[in-house]
Amino acid sequence: MTRVTDDIIIRAVARVMIPFIQLYALYVIMHGHHSPGGGFQGGVILGASFILYLLTHGLEEAKIRMSEIKAGLFSSFGVLIYSGIGLLCLILGSNYLDYGKLSTILKVVPAQARSLGILGVEIGVGITVMAVMFSVFFDISTGGELPEDEE
Amino acid sequence: MIAAFDLVLLLFVLICAIAAISVKDLLSAVIILGAYSFFMCLLWAEMGAVDVAFTEASVSAGIGTVLFIAAVSKTKRRSKD
Repeated sequence: MTRVTDDIIIRAVARVMIPFIQLYALYVIMHGHHSPGGGFQGGVILGASFILYLLTHGLEEAKIRMSEIKAGLFSSFGVLIYSGIGLLCLILGSNYLDYGKLSTILKVVPAQARSLGILGVEIGVGITVMAVMFSVFFDISTGGELPEDEE
Repeated sequence: MIAAFDLVLLLFVLICAIAAISVKDLLSAVIILGAYSFFMCLLWAEMGAVDVAFTEASVSAGIGTVLFIAAVSKTKRRSKD
């Protein structure tokens, strides 16, 4: 499943396609609050680009870019962004995830503060979904055995 | 929303669903399930639920197929029943 391939066509096509897939995923995340898409869908597309890298370049090269430990850290980091923005609203004296109060920190009108607040939450969701999707595929393709244990 | 187009798409969805559970080769079943997801995606988009269609296309047809193929590669390719 994750053996290293020497096929030049597969590697070259993956190298060309992965940046465009990631750019599209960032577009979906950034425009999630006023068009179809959002953190979840963008995160899935971003995770798919890392899975494509793992499939074409093998497990050892993919671990340099995104290891199991890094995926775990990223998934926690996204939840931290999400809950951090929510708690920031709570500290500023309004409800959990009520972005209107963020206008006092960001120095903008409340309507724009709501737009920026939901954008921050979408970025957090996107990072978590990307890391979890990669982690699920990593676990299935290695059969649950981490290669470090075999050494 | 066009009723005839809906019916044609629903017919394809039904054919794909029956084919996916009746075929013996597990890899073929996964590919047919991917086709099923794409027809569902077209149906959602045609009914005006673009966000649901986007999720169906990226999650079910994209990641779901890859995860199923990874799972099939860990087991026997042919189903017993």
